[in-house]
Amino acid sequence: MSHIGALVIIIISMVLVDNYPLAQFLGICPFLGVSSDLDSAKGMGIAVTFVMVLATAVTWPIQRLLLDPIGIGYLQTVVFILIIAALVQFVEMFLKKSIPGLYKSLGIFLPLITTNCAVLGVCISVIDDELKLVDSLFTAAGAGLGFWFALWIMAGVRSRLKDQSRIPEPFRGVPIVLITAAILSLAFMGFGGMFQ
Amino acid sequence: MEKSKGSVFTNGIIKENPVLVLVLGTCPTLATSTSVETGLGMGLAATAVLVCSNIVISLIRRFIPDKVRIPCFITVIAGFVTIVQMLLQAYVQPLYQALGLYLPLIVVNCIILGRAEMFASRNGPLDSALDGLGMGCGFTLTLCIMGTIREIIGTGAFLAGDWFGLAEGFKGIPLQGAFIPGMTIMTMVPGGFFAYAIVMAAVHYFTKDKKKIRKDFACAQCAAAGNCGTDDKVSDGMEGKEDEK
Repeated sequence: MSHIGALVIIIISMVLVDNYPLAQFLGICPFLGVSSDLDSAKGMGIAVTFVMVLATAVTWPIQRLLLDPIGIGYLQTVVFILIIAALVQFVEMFLKKSIPGLYKSLGIFLPLITTNCAVLGVCISVIDDELKLVDSLFTAAGAGLGFWFALWIMAGVRSRLKDQSRIPEPFRGVPIVLITAAILSLAFMGFGGMFQ
Repeated sequence: MEKSKGSVFTNGIIKENPVLVLVLGTCPTLATSTSVETGLGMGLAATAVLVCSNIVISLIRRFIPDKVRIPCFITVIAGFVTIVQMLLQAYVQPLYQALGLYLPLIVVNCIILGRAEMFASRNGPLDSALDGLGMGCGFTLTLCIMGTIREIIGTGAFLAGDWFGLAEGFKGIPLQGAFIPGMTIMTMVPGGFFAYAIVMAAVHYFTKDKKKIRKDFACAQCAAAGNCGTDDKVSDGMEGKEDEK
């Protein structure tokens, strides 16, 4: 039972305390780029969470059972990014063939995920932190959910920022989004120290 | 359309500054600009990878089948990132530790993949090297500007740190008494977003008269953008590529 409790804590702390876009600077590009409306935020959030868990489930055993024992751990970066790229391609093909409905809503986001640093980031950081496989998977799930959560809040705020006529001219467009992100991350700092 | 070598180089620093105009590579920009020291280190590491990968991709551009070009580019970039990573680990340990996770993440820095796709795969090695150097300098310069702002306001000193072990014990130029004590928030996450927003707004302010195309988000430069469908510039770029062949 205590182990389940620990896993729940991992998820909550990844969503609130170590939120990837707002507390760790990972996945900022899609966080800024795909957060203009709630629908695409949802699609991107689901796709990222799914690929993160899948990628961790594949890269963790490869690092621990293949790269480490034969002493080529330094190939981590090359191997991981290729695995992620291939994985994303396969998921896309699978969805296209078997679940066209889901492909329609997620399809356009999948290719963007290959270059999403949050996915590679979570794969590498669970190895660096020497987590066990189950903990790693929950960390990945928590990171994905946290990304989704942040994206969703951001999309909600930005959908009310559509009328930019009251914003000073130089701040229109990207800068006001960054200011919004700054205020959001200020709020998320309040969760710091919730655990331990 | 032949561009002069100089304009290929300066393009990346000013007109198409990757961070401030194209809005690429935001993660390392925000994460490593806490001080000039780490910003400069990150900028130089990324520049090295960018120049090398641009040259190699430009050399092998005729042999890469169009359909698998993105995985090919990623492999080349990942190779150079690994080399830089190992060199830093061997010779510049403090920088290696300061950059941490963001060092392997240079691989997914959209600036590098973007330049491979938009420039190196269509131009000769010399131009590509210059383009990489220019873009890298633009990136480094922006990191240093943001690092300066965040360091001065955040810690009250300028150029502090031991400079990768070269200047141990150097406490920087103290500005503490001069105007304000350090506001730690600027070295933390929200400060990064604030500094980025302010610098970008300043760029917008100073370039507004010149009728430059202000891009929203740089999906056009992202390699995967063809599938994204958010920016019609991408499809133009792709067509241009077909024509060239």
